[in-house]
Amino acid sequence: MAGIGIVAAQCAHFTQPLKLKGGGLLPAFDLVYETYGTLNAAKSNAILVCHALSGHHHVAGRTADEFGKPTANIGWWDNIVGPGRPLDTERFFIVGVNNLGGCHGSTGPASINPATAKPWGADFPVVTVEDWVDSQARLADHLGIDAWAAVMGGSLGGMQALQWTLSYPQRVNHALVIAVAPKLSAENIAFNDVARQAILTDPDFHGGHFYEHGVRPLRGLRLARMLGHITYLSDDQMAEKFGRRLRVGAGSYGFDVEFEIESYLRYQGDKFAGVFDANTYLRMTKALDYFDPALDFDDDLAAALARARAGFLVVAFTTDWRFSPERSREIVHAMVHNGQDVAYAEIDSAHGHDSFLMDEPHYHAVVANYLKRIKP
Amino acid sequence: MNQALERADFDLIASWVQPGERVLDLGCGDGSLLKRLIAERGAKGYGVELEGAAVLAAIGNGINVIQGNLEQGLAGFDDQTFNHVVLSRTLQTVRHTERILTEMLRVGREAVVSFPNFAYWKNRMAVMAGRMPVSEDLPYEWFDTPNLRFFTLLDFEALCAKMSLVIRERQVLDEAGRLVLEEPNFLGSLAVYRLAR
Repeated sequence: MAGIGIVAAQCAHFTQPLKLKGGGLLPAFDLVYETYGTLNAAKSNAILVCHALSGHHHVAGRTADEFGKPTANIGWWDNIVGPGRPLDTERFFIVGVNNLGGCHGSTGPASINPATAKPWGADFPVVTVEDWVDSQARLADHLGIDAWAAVMGGSLGGMQALQWTLSYPQRVNHALVIAVAPKLSAENIAFNDVARQAILTDPDFHGGHFYEHGVRPLRGLRLARMLGHITYLSDDQMAEKFGRRLRVGAGSYGFDVEFEIESYLRYQGDKFAGVFDANTYLRMTKALDYFDPALDFDDDLAAALARARAGFLVVAFTTDWRFSPERSREIVHAMVHNGQDVAYAEIDSAHGHDSFLMDEPHYHAVVANYLKRIKP
Repeated sequence: MNQALERADFDLIASWVQPGERVLDLGCGDGSLLKRLIAERGAKGYGVELEGAAVLAAIGNGINVIQGNLEQGLAGFDDQTFNHVVLSRTLQTVRHTERILTEMLRVGREAVVSFPNFAYWKNRMAVMAGRMPVSEDLPYEWFDTPNLRFFTLLDFEALCAKMSLVIRERQVLDEAGRLVLEEPNFLGSLAVYRLAR
């Protein structure tokens, strides 16, 4: 099936200060976003797609080059968005947005701080999932959308979908919460901290003010991504895809790239470090670590979720050890306890945490079937 | 399972559900029973189903279906959350029989259990003729059947006594879905029980 073709980003500027959970105000900010499909007259067919750690607003389609021809820059969740795809652009109006603190156009650490006329760098506040949802609500206002037909996301994106139902219960009809935990485990936080330490200890980091020094902490960012990438895959998948295969002949008893898995991770690390911002990476992982809607409810998740009015689809993947199915079931059982509407699918997939991005027919059918409940 | 018998099984279960009650349907398949209980009885329903294809269908039917394996019990479901916990024509496929019955009455006030009666006279005839029964209601050959437990009304009631489960009500149906009033362990094809602690 053909995708949605050429897409272009838009930018919304917000002049009302945004109060942040960690204290302080963001005086003004930009959000870069893309939309696909047509918002109906009742404005009842809008779906917000929230991105995960390394994502952005370019969810689907291809961007154009200077001559208007499609480039190779295809959206990160293109396989699920488009005519006839689960997020059917013939039925729905899909919105993708780059989160605050990001590095793809929305206001973030590399943006100019109006107070200093220099890049924010380390001074850009640590933003939380709640802050993102508040900023996305401003975007909904800007687009004239009172209530989303659905808010959807995987991983950190799924946490935003969940938070939407808590921050704005009346503004979300359905939440699709995919490959999510209701909060990170100590092990999850540990992985994130090792990734952060890789960045923070890179001499090119300069306390987060590397922009002024004309350098970027590429080594730290690369290591952070390599570590993260390991946790997104499954052991079985790595064994199948790479095994112990060597790139050339026999081992050289040195420390150059020898095993295929080393080559793969280094490639992924380099690719990521070339395009991503280290300060953004630090903030995205912190947002993950802080997410804990039950914290203010004595760790009672059911009590925390009680104010949600949306119907939920929760999806987990059997080989996801970063946010395992057990963690998704915590959300499901809290909602059953509350008598809330929730469906839960546990998808057999070999791809670990990354499964949520894969074009797996059964998984996509589950999403498509769930979205039949939306009658715009 | 023939359609008349399935309908009769569902009719009985539906008649026991009061408006607005909370129902958990274990092995809910595509959610047909829950859909009916929601539409006709205004029930608040959840289903548990293991098979991916059935989960997909139940999601399409608008059901609150939770994918999971009954053999692992009902961990995560809180005590006494449901008015009725239904296990329709599934008990014979469950290995941990006592555990699932215990779990049903932990999370629900009442367990509704239906199962095929292996002492139904046609099944007895088949065994008398030297073969395991294969019929519209027991459509599997012995080597490919999902059924793990082969039991009768009397067997089941003996287990209930052993587990100190109270049988609130028993209805027995023949192949056509008609109520069987006499010789139920001989003339009944499907038994439907309401159990409590």
